[in-house]
Amino acid sequence: MTKLLEWLGGAGALGAIWLALLTNKIENPFFRDHYTFLLLSPIIVVGLFGLASLLLVLYRVYTFNDCNDAAAELQKEIVEAKQDLKSLGFKFKDSFK
Amino acid sequence: MTATLSFRLYLLLLLSLTCPTMAPNNKYSILLPTYNEVENLPIIIWLLVKHMNSSGHPYEIIIIDDGSPDGTLEAAEQLQRIYGKEKIVLRPREKKLGLGTAYIHGVKHATGNFVIIMDADLSHHPKFIKEMIEKQKSNDYDVVTGTRYVGTGGVYGWDFRRKLISRGANLLTQILLRPAVSDLTGSFRLYKKDVLESLTNSCISKGYVFQMEMIIRARQKNYTIGEVPISFVDRVYGESKLGGSEIVQFVRGLVYLFATT
Ligand SMILES: Nc1nc2c(ncn2[C@@H]2O[C@H](COP(=O)(O)OP(=O)(O)OP(=O)(O)O)[C@@H](O)[C@H]2O)c(=O)[nH]1
Ligand SMILES: [Mg+2]
Repeated sequence: MTKLLEWLGGAGALGAIWLALLTNKIENPFFRDHYTFLLLSPIIVVGLFGLASLLLVLYRVYTFNDCNDAAAELQKEIVEAKQDLKSLGFKFKDSFK
Repeated sequence: MTATLSFRLYLLLLLSLTCPTMAPNNKYSILLPTYNEVENLPIIIWLLVKHMNSSGHPYEIIIIDDGSPDGTLEAAEQLQRIYGKEKIVLRPREKKLGLGTAYIHGVKHATGNFVIIMDADLSHHPKFIKEMIEKQKSNDYDVVTGTRYVGTGGVYGWDFRRKLISRGANLLTQILLRPAVSDLTGSFRLYKKDVLESLTNSCISKGYVFQMEMIIRARQKNYTIGEVPISFVDRVYGESKLGGSEIVQFVRGLVYLFATT
């Protein structure tokens, strides 16, 4: 089964429950008393999910490792490599000394 | 308790001494696709030779240059003269035909039973190959992929915008495809050779969406995948690109994989 079908299946199942609650096919005292909440719940769920995702992304951007050491080490190795390669007889292009 | 343990160790030692065939003779073919990497190629080769020699694993480096106008191939020929035809294998093509087909082309000429793919632009450091090999051995993984997003992994040279796009795209992919792999678009990976061959044959995407399709299809085919944190240093020489067209490509690739896997 493709991910698309999984998502459609999941959304369909949740949507069916929601509709059943909305049309009172499933009796539930809580949702009967909070009808607008039930009506808006899909939007609330999607909104909260979006907000959580946004916060998670920002947190991950903030905690993304900056590999400054790796970059500095590489710079040193480039110098070393060029010297060694020259001594092995490698001819670098003129634009690159 | 300790007696049985040392006895077992003794047996193991005996076994490894008496039948050397027990230790499989692995060889690692490193595929290096290049397009206009004349500055980077000598450095990456030097680093590869240094780290692979010290790791002691048998290896070869296969350079697949696509007719770079900047003289990458001449640099590669010089390097072959320095390091020998055993270590440096040249498999150039006439013109720029893309990364995906470069791997297919290179793997045809690979004599190792494992293949490592990496970029030649110095964003992937050869020092991680040893860790990838160890990871592979630890669980006989079919694929080991480098990851920028986990543990000590990370990036250098990315601004806020680039990080945001990268993290956002990654989370979206995680939600939609649930791949159980943290870095989908990375291109620093180790494959069993037959696994790589079967994957390249079933992947049709281009560019770095290709890397994503490879790892998603690997999951789909129930190959086992290990991960090794890597530091990704953005290219030092040459221009890096992340523009609108890359993002459009990514979204199309994501939708395609969402609907077909
Ligand atoms: N043979 C071959 N190699 C290629 C081609 N396109 C890119 N490459 C090489 O593939 C590797 C990855 O390409 P990059 O241009 O670095 O792609 P990227 O890392 O997504 O983008 P950057 O941010 O520019 O580094 C490099 O070693 C390139 O030289 C191609 O068409 N043919
Ligand atoms: Mg690159």
